[in-house]
Amino acid sequence: MAIMTYRDAINLALREEMRRDPSVVIWGEDVALYEGSFKVTRGLLTEFGEERVKDTPISENTIIGVAIGAAMGGLRPIAELMTVNFALLAMDQIINHMTKIRYMFGGQVNLPMVIRAPGGGGSQLAAQHSQSLETYFMHAPGMHLVVPATPADAKGLLKSAIRDNNPVMFLEHELLYNSKGEVPDAPDFLLPFGSAEVKKEGKDITIVAYSRMTILALAAAEELEKEGIFCEVVDLRTLAPLDTAAFVGSVKKTGRAVVVEECWRTCGLGAEITSRIYEGCFESLLAPVRRVSGLDVPMPYSRKLEKLCIPQVEDIVIAVKEVTAQKY
Amino acid sequence: MEAKLRAVMPDRDLLQLYEQMVLCREFEDSCAEQYTKGHITGFLHLYSGQEAVAVGATHALHRDDYILSAYREHAQAIVRGAEPRRVMAELFGKGTGICKGKGGSMHLFDPALSFMGGYAIVGGQFPIACGLAFAAKFRNENRIAACFFGDGAVNQGNFHEGLNWARVWELPVLFVCENNFYGIGTEVHRSSALASIHKRTCGYDIPSEKVDGMDVIAVYQAVKHAAEWVRENSRPYLIEAITYRFRGHSMADPGKYRAVAEVELWKARDPILTFTKRLIEEEVADEDQLECLKAKARVIVKEAVEFAEQSPWPDDSEVTADIFVGEQEVCPWQ
Repeated sequence: MAIMTYRDAINLALREEMRRDPSVVIWGEDVALYEGSFKVTRGLLTEFGEERVKDTPISENTIIGVAIGAAMGGLRPIAELMTVNFALLAMDQIINHMTKIRYMFGGQVNLPMVIRAPGGGGSQLAAQHSQSLETYFMHAPGMHLVVPATPADAKGLLKSAIRDNNPVMFLEHELLYNSKGEVPDAPDFLLPFGSAEVKKEGKDITIVAYSRMTILALAAAEELEKEGIFCEVVDLRTLAPLDTAAFVGSVKKTGRAVVVEECWRTCGLGAEITSRIYEGCFESLLAPVRRVSGLDVPMPYSRKLEKLCIPQVEDIVIAVKEVTAQKY
Repeated sequence: MEAKLRAVMPDRDLLQLYEQMVLCREFEDSCAEQYTKGHITGFLHLYSGQEAVAVGATHALHRDDYILSAYREHAQAIVRGAEPRRVMAELFGKGTGICKGKGGSMHLFDPALSFMGGYAIVGGQFPIACGLAFAAKFRNENRIAACFFGDGAVNQGNFHEGLNWARVWELPVLFVCENNFYGIGTEVHRSSALASIHKRTCGYDIPSEKVDGMDVIAVYQAVKHAAEWVRENSRPYLIEAITYRFRGHSMADPGKYRAVAEVELWKARDPILTFTKRLIEEEVADEDQLECLKAKARVIVKEAVEFAEQSPWPDDSEVTADIFVGEQEVCPWQ
């Protein structure tokens, strides 16, 4: 075990997998010489050379499409989108092509590729650089969707993603890059997809969260514990596949649930999870499920306003208190 | 002056070109018939009139060069070696189809033939062709990617991104524009500031040329030269083949935006008719021989239809299969 940042854990996963398999290649805007706009790819060009670590033109749709072709041609490409916001420029290749190619061609081809994209709000980057688009990708069948909350999860899940023979969308949270945690050293430390983790056990209420929202949920749970409310925090880790059994099982035990999502509330993934809780354990519920969501507005720049748009620890605390006080 | 046919390739190959063009025409005519009978449904875009491009170009490529195309791709798949009966079964939506009936007319694919797909989002194949070319280069494979597209695709961002990318990364991609003058009903000069498409590559430092896409030998010679240039230099090249589709954009299109006289003018330049004439004039074959080859093509197509009709529908379990590959399952060709 070593203590390292989320950024370094991702960097290490990339290095380990590139050392292990010479068909792993990585490209994106400024990933090579500049070492990534978030410095996640630091040192890769030096270690692996310009054939495997490549800068690209600012052509997001083609960044993804070239990865699709390269995956078809026998490589294991990792395509970095500088931020997830730019994925909207690549939605044609992501949705119309990547997620459909295996199926519409009758299973004759695999696309072993990973798209890495930092995202999320909270850095005062305003409307076009602060989006949480996870629901967009979760909606389309045909790709795995990974949303790690901790350095260890980031490493184990990214290594699994690179070795997987299916397309994987790997969403990194920009505000987690400097967060630290223990990370296993084993070269084959792989975490499975579709396996949520109970990050904290509790008996009174289940908080379902993912990515940075898990960190906030854990902080809220700690605060609530002082007041005698014991929260169980279920970290989804992957949104596709979605570990429904994990959160439904937890809610069956606690009887109450708060779902935390950074994305917009309307048609957000929280609605899907809430719906699955109702479908899966309605009879166990002691109170209606509550969502804590991103506000349905384009992100404002001002620090004071931005804070109103992103779930905060106190929002989760309030929601949990209200739900635990409620009864059907 | 045109070169004599025999100076270009041996008789056997000349007759193969004829046979393939005729097979494609017969196949497409049969598709139209099966569509009107309701056996083929959905979108159906026929290649009639453009045969010289697919046949001439494919003949000039290496067997393992990648081919990608758009949604008017039956001929490209068949000429590359896809079994007509399995293509027809695909169009019928049957489980014996080339893609198990999941792709249909617009999404033919066979990696064993290096036929890497029909794509139905206009221009979607540009970056994928670049990726395949990159993989080939990275793995030191002596193969190039031939990317076919229509004149309608050249105003998509993907075209410009793909050309630029292929040049910057020095990728062995041969871009082949089949300019049939119409993107559905919009004539090329109404959609492109520079209607002479091959001239557009100067912005990307990519050599290009225009070729008569109604002349199978001209296409073959141009593609042969270009493909070898691409292979040797590991750089992209673009060919604009001037051609014409004899039918509407799809079966749903009566083609009223084109004057009858215009269509007739092009039909007089039918690539099969002109090639037939040359084969006879230059005594490569006589009428009987060619008629015999045509009859053979008709039998293949008839049998393809029978095979498609008699094939079973896909099993219901297929509806959720093939989205993901299992952890252990790896495509043998990869």
